[in-house]
Amino acid sequence: MRIIYTDVLVVGGGLAGLRAAVGARRRGHDVIILSLVPPKRSHSAAAQGGMQASLGNTVKGEGDNEDVHFEDTVRGSDWGCDQDVARLFVHTAPQAVRELAAWGVPWNRIKAGDREVIMDGKRVTLTEGQAAHGLIAARDFGGTKKWRTCYVSDGTGHAMLYAVSDQAVAESIPVHERMEALALIHEGGRCHGAVVRNLVSGELTAYVAKATCIATGGFGRIYRVTSNAVINEGIGAAIALETGAACLGNMEAVQFHPTTIFPAGILVTEGCRGDGGLLKDAAGHRFMPDYEPEKKELASRDVVSRRMEEHIRAGHGVKSRFGEHLWLDITLLGAAHIDGKLREVKEICQHFLGIDPSRDLIPVRPAQHYSMGGIRTDARGHARGLKGLFACGEAACWDLHGFNRLGGNSVAETVVAGMIVGENMADFVESAAGELQVSTALVRECLDAEQAKLDTLLHGNGTESGAELMRRMQDIMTDKVGIFRTGELLHSAVEELQGLLVRSRRIGLRTRRPGANPELVTAYRVQKMLKLALCVAYGALQRTESRGAHFREDYPRRDDASWLKRTLATWHDDFQTLPTLDYEALDVTAMELPPGWRGYGARNAIEHPATAGRAAEISAIRSAFGHADRFTVQQALMPFDHLIPSRFRGRNARLGETS
Amino acid sequence: MKKNAVSSGHRALTLRILRSSPTEGVAPHWQDFHLEEAEGMTLFIALNEVRETLDPALQFDFVCRAGICGSCGMLINGKPGLACRSLTRDLDPLITLAPLPVFELIGDLSVNTGKWMRGTAERLETWVHSSQEADLTALEAPMEPELAEAIYELDRCIECGCCVAGCGTLRMREEFVGAIGLNKIARFRLDPRDERSDDDFYQLIGDDTGVFGCMSLLACQDVCPKGLPLQTQIAFLRRKMVASGL
Repeated sequence: MRIIYTDVLVVGGGLAGLRAAVGARRRGHDVIILSLVPPKRSHSAAAQGGMQASLGNTVKGEGDNEDVHFEDTVRGSDWGCDQDVARLFVHTAPQAVRELAAWGVPWNRIKAGDREVIMDGKRVTLTEGQAAHGLIAARDFGGTKKWRTCYVSDGTGHAMLYAVSDQAVAESIPVHERMEALALIHEGGRCHGAVVRNLVSGELTAYVAKATCIATGGFGRIYRVTSNAVINEGIGAAIALETGAACLGNMEAVQFHPTTIFPAGILVTEGCRGDGGLLKDAAGHRFMPDYEPEKKELASRDVVSRRMEEHIRAGHGVKSRFGEHLWLDITLLGAAHIDGKLREVKEICQHFLGIDPSRDLIPVRPAQHYSMGGIRTDARGHARGLKGLFACGEAACWDLHGFNRLGGNSVAETVVAGMIVGENMADFVESAAGELQVSTALVRECLDAEQAKLDTLLHGNGTESGAELMRRMQDIMTDKVGIFRTGELLHSAVEELQGLLVRSRRIGLRTRRPGANPELVTAYRVQKMLKLALCVAYGALQRTESRGAHFREDYPRRDDASWLKRTLATWHDDFQTLPTLDYEALDVTAMELPPGWRGYGARNAIEHPATAGRAAEISAIRSAFGHADRFTVQQALMPFDHLIPSRFRGRNARLGETS
Repeated sequence: MKKNAVSSGHRALTLRILRSSPTEGVAPHWQDFHLEEAEGMTLFIALNEVRETLDPALQFDFVCRAGICGSCGMLINGKPGLACRSLTRDLDPLITLAPLPVFELIGDLSVNTGKWMRGTAERLETWVHSSQEADLTALEAPMEPELAEAIYELDRCIECGCCVAGCGTLRMREEFVGAIGLNKIARFRLDPRDERSDDDFYQLIGDDTGVFGCMSLLACQDVCPKGLPLQTQIAFLRRKMVASGL
């Protein structure tokens, strides 16, 4: 039996996992990272447009601060997020950008003086101040009041990932590549590490750790049409679910990005619209102002995606041999801007569509893009129900995003949550609760159980095809659990997915070799992915309201009275065919920003009975603190300082703001 | 060169793939797979179709399938390139695919670029060397906008390994850092946040495993999918390192 011991085991080598690992390592702990691929290949690299942080350097960011970023994030989430977490996040994000700057990320910088930009289809001159010259620039993104998205051309995630990955090398953190965690080792509500399969040799190893962190990203590949990389299959979330102790939060909250190229589903950044690009229909008409007069193309993603599909349904789509799409027009930005700030977009258009976006329109249609749901954690990133298990980044439901994530907040979340969870894991490892108390008998039992499952697949007499089940699942999710949902479609999706789950217990293989074997990998992954798909579909069926990206045509209103709560899915026993759903109420009386209208989208929510009372309380507090600074007022409304790790507690400096 | 893309999309394609499996003792051999071309087909789509319908054991690496992550470097008709963004319509109907040379072979089209790149990062210390810990709550140090863009230009390397596979020098000198390594040095040399001097860089690349080993064949630049200015960077670095070595 091969056992590797470490203080901290990080599963996932993307931005969140790497940053958490660096944090724990710098506190003096041994850390090992497991990754399916070389870490610089992680899907974090595909984040194009930028990360939000309220530096307020640019003239269009003047007056920006944590308060504005907080409100944008909560509105974006359609009040589904955890407001403590949103506060913790907006406080730490400027520090994350500045840390990355010190680590070498070549953030785009402000040039003092005049420059021409495109806003709302028109050419406008902006004048940047002298004091801001050389400081970090920001572009506009959807659902934000200020230009807040810091960027490196449209290769932001790439530049960030390389800087953080190289920091992990600098810290001598070993990354065990082409390794996949198949199960968590746990007993009595305490996680002790993971059983891990070497994807080249097929060998199983037990990694035993004081703290285990899942940072495996999202699960977009349960859908057929997705912007996600092929490795985004959600196995990290699935193995947490399979413990029966940890739970997954808000799995029905799935984001569809408005602009992926049609039909390949490859992302072109929201920065295209942030920088002035327009959405047009078959007639060349710019339709978003008709639906969203205030934010137009820059409403939140859930709203824009829905409006686009609505417009296609109304008969305005462009017909093609693959189906219908709309146009993204960035020709008005000019070749110089595209060559400098949207060069990945340009390359993608050239290579996959054979077009030049400075002259041609880009065919786009919404596709699955982001998983707001994931492993439910507390504000410290500690998994609910399983001590010693942490999660961060897209794999987690920390819950920064609620039912809709703002563009630029996810790549920001990876590093911010990594910073916070790295510190919190170090605290845990140093505490009495962090002591390792695990018997090798338990480890052997877990290893043997996983080996037995693999042996059943390799040598059993199953007849089902894993690839076929995967295809069918992806079709069901895209066709029935998409942007527009109905009880009828969801019901049929849940039924069919249950059938597939039962069939997945009888998968047989044509290739029986134990080592590198893509067919075997598909087989055991689809068994896990079907459970995730059922959490999404069943959660969506039960949630009889519309909130953020979860839109029910049969229940089109946001219902705060009944549904201001987070779905929690658990899977207690392997023979269940449906998750057990519980709900965690959001406490309106503790909110800094009680539910209201988002400023875009529908304005028809059913009010929570406590909303009016809390709103009155907040105005009373605000008037009582009339002349106090914003930090004092915020502290009185919803104190969160106790959640910030001590090294990140300082106040963020800004141009023109004295603290 | 791109061919006129009025493809009807129904050519019969043959993927001739160099198969092997060191762990299973399968020696390298060519195997042909036949499939029908589809509209907009890339090698990503074609290889997945082969795996799904013809041989579930075929090994290859894709991650982003969008030309961003650098996972899918392979020899396409003998030339290193990214498979995910290679459209079949730009290729003749007989397409040969082989794993990138130089790197440790995992099996079929899959090679261990990760190990090579980690080795490069450790050897050349490809991170900003700074003696001060940044104050994260203070305003960031300013940087000229043009300089930030120039650094990004070199930071765009995706470590796909195409330049390594196309390098003549690396066939002769296993220890050569390659264009990828030299470009990294050029990138950090340009970055004022990195306190290393030319003398420090000379210690890393001032011999024939570094910048003086390059034979100037410059296939690296020809095959770089990101169009990095590798040729000028190597020439520039060589001049600077000569000055430093005097």
